[in-house]
Amino acid sequence: MFPELNNLLNTTPERAEQGKLTLLCDAKTDGSFLVHHFLSFYLKANCKVCFVALVQSFSHYNIVGQKLGVSLTTARERGQLVFFEGLKSSVDVFFQAQEEPHPLQFLRETSAGDLRPLYEFVQEALKPVDSGEVTWRCPVLLVDDLSVLLSLGVGAVSVLDFVQYCRAAVCWNQKGNMVVLVHDSGDSEDEDNDILLNGVSHQSHLILRAEGLATGFCRDVHGQLTILWRKLLQPTTQRERSLTYQYKIQDKTVSFFARGMSPAVL
Amino acid sequence: MAALASCGTGAGSTGSVASTASKNVTSFQRKGTRAGGTVSGGSRLMSIAGTRPSVRNGQLLVSTGLPALDQLLGGGLAVGTVLLIEEDKYNIYSPSLFKYFLAEGILSGHTLLVASAKEDPADILQELPEPLLDENCKKEFDENTCNHKTPESNMEMKIAWRYQLLPKMETGPVSSSRFGHYYDISKRMPQELIQTSKWHGFFLPEELSSSIKVEPCSLTHGYQKLLQFIQRIIYEEGFDGSNPQKKQKNILRIGIQNLGSPLWGDDVCCAENRDNSHSLTKFLYVLRGLLRTSLSACIITMPSHLIQNKAVIARVTNLSDTVVGLESFIGSEKETNALYKDYHGLIHIRKIPRLNNLTCDTSDVKDLAFKLKRKLFTIERLHLPPDLSDTVSRSSKHDLAESAKLLDPGCGVMAGGKRHLDF
Repeated sequence: MFPELNNLLNTTPERAEQGKLTLLCDAKTDGSFLVHHFLSFYLKANCKVCFVALVQSFSHYNIVGQKLGVSLTTARERGQLVFFEGLKSSVDVFFQAQEEPHPLQFLRETSAGDLRPLYEFVQEALKPVDSGEVTWRCPVLLVDDLSVLLSLGVGAVSVLDFVQYCRAAVCWNQKGNMVVLVHDSGDSEDEDNDILLNGVSHQSHLILRAEGLATGFCRDVHGQLTILWRKLLQPTTQRERSLTYQYKIQDKTVSFFARGMSPAVL
Repeated sequence: MAALASCGTGAGSTGSVASTASKNVTSFQRKGTRAGGTVSGGSRLMSIAGTRPSVRNGQLLVSTGLPALDQLLGGGLAVGTVLLIEEDKYNIYSPSLFKYFLAEGILSGHTLLVASAKEDPADILQELPEPLLDENCKKEFDENTCNHKTPESNMEMKIAWRYQLLPKMETGPVSSSRFGHYYDISKRMPQELIQTSKWHGFFLPEELSSSIKVEPCSLTHGYQKLLQFIQRIIYEEGFDGSNPQKKQKNILRIGIQNLGSPLWGDDVCCAENRDNSHSLTKFLYVLRGLLRTSLSACIITMPSHLIQNKAVIARVTNLSDTVVGLESFIGSEKETNALYKDYHGLIHIRKIPRLNNLTCDTSDVKDLAFKLKRKLFTIERLHLPPDLSDTVSRSSKHDLAESAKLLDPGCGVMAGGKRHLDF
């Protein structure tokens, strides 16, 4: 969790909003730091988190999480975190036939990908339980990242359906939150990815877009972050507000500053 | 006297002697654990030859066989990750990177897995470059090959006896424990080195003809075979660490040549339709899953210039850990450009993985060029050639400056507009 980003978004783990879909998007840079932020944010906010991690291994997220002050191992033991490790599961699915439908079952099938098992997995993980002892604040679904599903042969429409179903189940029914990461393919003419990105940004309440600098690599400024609030169903004076900051990723935190106000430049 | 006694335990390797001796010791030696555990402790701390931990994220690294490239990638290639080499247009320079990687594996005593659809893996191994060993290394090497235990090495140290307690680096019968070697590409690797090394070959035409059983799968047949082959090797030889092995842990180096070319039965290069273009990305995903759970590192060369569909390239880049692109000047207009006359091509570091970390190791230098010398493949920082002549006109200087601007600015970031200012 980066305190500076919380200030920019005007939120704290204690008063996290509910029922929101947040889209993280990265273009020509790596936006994974945002995923780590939201993972630690919601774990600290005492939410029940289902993390669908398709990009990296558990130990990677765990070690970075420790730098940000949360332990995924203990969260998983306490039942707060349900971690789905895509890389490991893909090997299991691919080399052994499973009896019950596996979330990544579509890897084995010749037909176009079907995400229903994955949706059922999410639903099962975030199902409200009456255990009595510990109560989590609200369920949160985190996906890193949706673009991988396209690479695995799932159509853009199926992924959008998946997002829609999850939104109905998590955000609307259970007043929970969703955070998804989608790569922006930029000028590589990836039609499916563009459909996905446009579709998800249309549904989301908040968009965080990390971009590499247009002028190229810089040692002290790693990119710029655009924050876009979309106030749906609320006709106020400012319908959409957007803010742009530049950022620098450090070992354990990320510092944000207004454009051109980097300490190294001034 | 105490010193001598503990010396004896260090070389003697019997636990009971060690414990009695450590009782007599009156110096500041720690009891039991250290003195008695020299031999067992040595084997516990035993590291895998040819690897070193990263100073930044603690990941185990292996060398790519080219120390200059190791340095650019943040110390080396992390175990469990994929290095993707985008081939140059006529595939002249990328095979040398591939061979460096394999040769380094042989010299470090790693197990190799070579997969190809074009050449027989045995032939690829025959063409590996000869290692250039300096005197120091050579001596170590000879000792290892000829007589594993010289009487000299068992001699008790009388003065600097503490050094005897240091864990010995266990090296295989033929291997060098150093990280990263230099090679002479004008000569072939000696036969005895290749014969003593352990390797597995996957030659697609042979594998396809041998099999009958085909399980319906969404992957191209060749990819499916290769994944099953890799999985079998990893499982059978215990690289996945699941079955506790008595023997020394080792690294599996996987090399896959020309992945994505039509020879693999993949139509991603020629087909315009997207239906089958997921085969390659699926293969990479499952391969990465296999690598992450085992002690292995993989190098893939891919003819990315053949793939017309830019979306596939972007996805492949996203799915690999490290991506290095080679761009040779042959056949391009850069061949005649005065700026590049000292080099054979440009090398682009397109992606460096972020492992266990928020940031990654990027070097500050982005303009890199390579040159294939008679014996050596070198990577250098791109310099403007010195302006020696008096008659260089202003216009040609201007041309040079212009073409220098066109260079790729860096890792995954492209220049947008010429007049754009970020701050």
